[in-house]
Amino acid sequence: MITFHVNGKLHRVDASPDTPLLWVLRDNLKLTGTKFGCGEGLCGACTVLINDLPQRSCSVSVSEVQDKRITTIEGIPASHPVKKSWIAQEVSQCGYCQPGQVVSAVALLKRHPKPTEVQIDHAMAGNICRCGSYQRIRTAIHAAAGTVSKGGKP
Amino acid sequence: MSEDTQMSRRDFLKSGAALGGGLVIACHVPLLGPAWGADPAAFAPNAFLRVASDGTTTIIVGKAEMGQGVYTSLPMLVAEELACDWRKVRVEAAPDALAYNHTTFGMMVTGGSSSVWSEWERLSSAGATARTMLVQAAAQTWKVKPESCRAENGAVLGPAGRRLSYGELAAKAAKLPVPEKVALKDPKHYTLLGKPMHRIDSPAKIAGTAIFGIDVQVPGMLTAVIARPPVFGATLKSMDATKARQVPGVVQVVAIPAGVAVVAEGFWPAKTGRDQLETVWDEGPGSGLSTEGMRAEYARLGATPGLVARREGSAETALPAAAQLLQAEYEVPYLSHSPMETLNCFVDLKPGSCLIRTGSQFQTVDRAAAAKAAGLKPEQVTLETTLLGGGFGRRANPASDFVIEAVQVAKAVQKPVKVVWSREDDIKGGYYRPMWYDRISAGLSDGKLTSWKHTIVGQSIITGTAFESALVKNGIDDTSVEGAADLPYPIPNLQVELHSTRNVVPTLWWRSVGHSHTAFVVESFLDEVALALGKDPYRYRQELLAGHPRHLGVLNEAARMSGWGTDLPAGHGRGICVHESFKSFVAQVAEVSLDGSGKLVVHRVYCAVDCGRIVNPDTIAAQMESGVAFGLSAALYGAITLKKGRVEQANFDSYPVLRLDAMPKVEVSIIKSAEKPGGIGETGVPPIAPAVANALFAAVGARVRTLPMTPQRIAAARGRS
Repeated sequence: MITFHVNGKLHRVDASPDTPLLWVLRDNLKLTGTKFGCGEGLCGACTVLINDLPQRSCSVSVSEVQDKRITTIEGIPASHPVKKSWIAQEVSQCGYCQPGQVVSAVALLKRHPKPTEVQIDHAMAGNICRCGSYQRIRTAIHAAAGTVSKGGKP
Repeated sequence: MSEDTQMSRRDFLKSGAALGGGLVIACHVPLLGPAWGADPAAFAPNAFLRVASDGTTTIIVGKAEMGQGVYTSLPMLVAEELACDWRKVRVEAAPDALAYNHTTFGMMVTGGSSSVWSEWERLSSAGATARTMLVQAAAQTWKVKPESCRAENGAVLGPAGRRLSYGELAAKAAKLPVPEKVALKDPKHYTLLGKPMHRIDSPAKIAGTAIFGIDVQVPGMLTAVIARPPVFGATLKSMDATKARQVPGVVQVVAIPAGVAVVAEGFWPAKTGRDQLETVWDEGPGSGLSTEGMRAEYARLGATPGLVARREGSAETALPAAAQLLQAEYEVPYLSHSPMETLNCFVDLKPGSCLIRTGSQFQTVDRAAAAKAAGLKPEQVTLETTLLGGGFGRRANPASDFVIEAVQVAKAVQKPVKVVWSREDDIKGGYYRPMWYDRISAGLSDGKLTSWKHTIVGQSIITGTAFESALVKNGIDDTSVEGAADLPYPIPNLQVELHSTRNVVPTLWWRSVGHSHTAFVVESFLDEVALALGKDPYRYRQELLAGHPRHLGVLNEAARMSGWGTDLPAGHGRGICVHESFKSFVAQVAEVSLDGSGKLVVHRVYCAVDCGRIVNPDTIAAQMESGVAFGLSAALYGAITLKKGRVEQANFDSYPVLRLDAMPKVEVSIIKSAEKPGGIGETGVPPIAPAVANALFAAVGARVRTLPMTPQRIAAARGRS
């Protein structure tokens, strides 16, 4: 049995210790907002916060999160500036990668409340969007932070 | 389209007749939150909408939402004519029923960037029909003439300030006969169409509650991961599943035609079991394939006569007689669609019935294939379309590969089961955009382009599928030559030829299909022609396109936006391109430079689009940004290559795609137009690769004719220049 908190709720899970956290969230806890994209930590679709730090849940085994606090997309309130901004800037297209994008952006703004373009590049380049919503992601982050987007590359 | 399109009731019911007229809603897939789809249908005059007694208006969308915005744009078409309260609009995925067949293609399909143009009249009429009946119901209630009433924002307003909401009128309207003919609004009275509207599906997607195929779960469901052959066309010789079966959670290992399925209580044990399988394959002739060998064979074919797809004048006599001859070879590789959601398919197979839940662009075909695999009749199969985490064509497969294999697993398991592909399965799994080789020549005399010969070599997507008889004419697959055989430039001697090759690598339409390759070749080579003639690439296109006002409109707009001709920072270059596809016209100007390591940096893209009459301008802008990003992934990074029949790429490290830090700033301008609506989902893709290649030449004088434009290829092209 492995014990950890997800979105403020204590969970005890009976899973093989090497199971990636991603699959425990999706298959055991039925929290399907966290998405599978690559299984190798290359695309960011599975990003969650572990003790407030963004991590690729496909590459963290459930045994590593014993007693830790996990926040998934479902645990970020609808009133969070990032979620509101994502809707206001109409970022989503297919929407599949957006939970991971939102979680990465939440973590970015926690660390850098007024992020620079370079900080945005650094925090968000690990999250792939095949629909190409990147320009709107940048704008939405600036809008959530109350900063002005210069947009795109210098 | 006429300003007031009339549609007879007979025409209207033709599409819905098989469902027995009025009440047709069978399927409630709560894709966007559990509360949706539960409202009682008080008034459902056709297959496309129903109005509940609380005024909630549910619009049933027969197209798959894969990011292109149909769950918003198609409801806008209905709501404009219905004059309902947009805030009360809900969307429901249509069941797989005849009523939702494509108005032109005659089957349920989402593709060809056709959703808006093909549904405009049908959905407008559906909304107008309901509105007419609601007005009639109000007029009867008040004992006034319908002409003295009008519908607005979910209510009917009558003489002396009378008002009844649609919810209040729904039950009465439901008892009225459906009108024979309805008049559509004059576009100058539109209140929704042409205005930027928020997407209906966004809140659920941001909340993390939206349901994609991979999210489908039912009690007792098992998950399967399949060990697939290492070489296309290989068959299983033997396997040892001892270790796989020992993985806790694995319940069954079963050989199916697609490979060996490991079935387990969840993805992770299934994947772990799959990785523990020992398999031996009879590789067949596919193991002899290599990209290098194919390339040599394609180049050899390209120098021989092919089937003629277009002939004007005589390029054969004009080319040798030209004062100057330009010749070039262009090449593009196989490409994987790689939507972020890997392929998956849920099947619940019971005696006499089969329920499928998946993200399908091709419901009619997938359902028939599932029925065949299950040994059932198509009407015994129900296919529920979930949200698609990207499609790009991969989920519209004439071979229904991901559906058939899931049914085969379900037959063996006899429990609800979901097959999930790993990313590696997806990238190595075939159904690629074909690899193409193009040999192209132009003859220039007296400052003019007098002759053009273009030979295209590559696999036909259509040949060998059920669509061959309809779409392959005299041996020419139109999707192989679209964008090349119909190029807009007036060239007196023009010949386009095709060699359709065959091999075991499965190919498929990939966002923008043939245009994804032909626009790159034609628009790059036209730049070469312009420069050889000593002309500015923009002005030269302008000159050639004098008889093509819509091409010219977007071309001039993109040039204007970019400040064409004004100074740029040292080392930067601009490239321009214009291309028609899917009934729309797009021009793009890219501004690029090389960074210190010789890598291409795309700084800005100016994009002008004329897609005729518009629905949601914000979706159009988003699709143009999306097309640029998708096309840049292919232009800068994408290549599927083979060695000894094995795909050399596996995941996003070896098959890189565009990331946020490489995304250019994209500005979009939409041309105001009263023309018929055109497509938008794919049309942003074709122009970006040639715009970037042309910009690269402008920046550093290097012409790259092979995609992707890697630093190595750029360095080699600079060495040649």
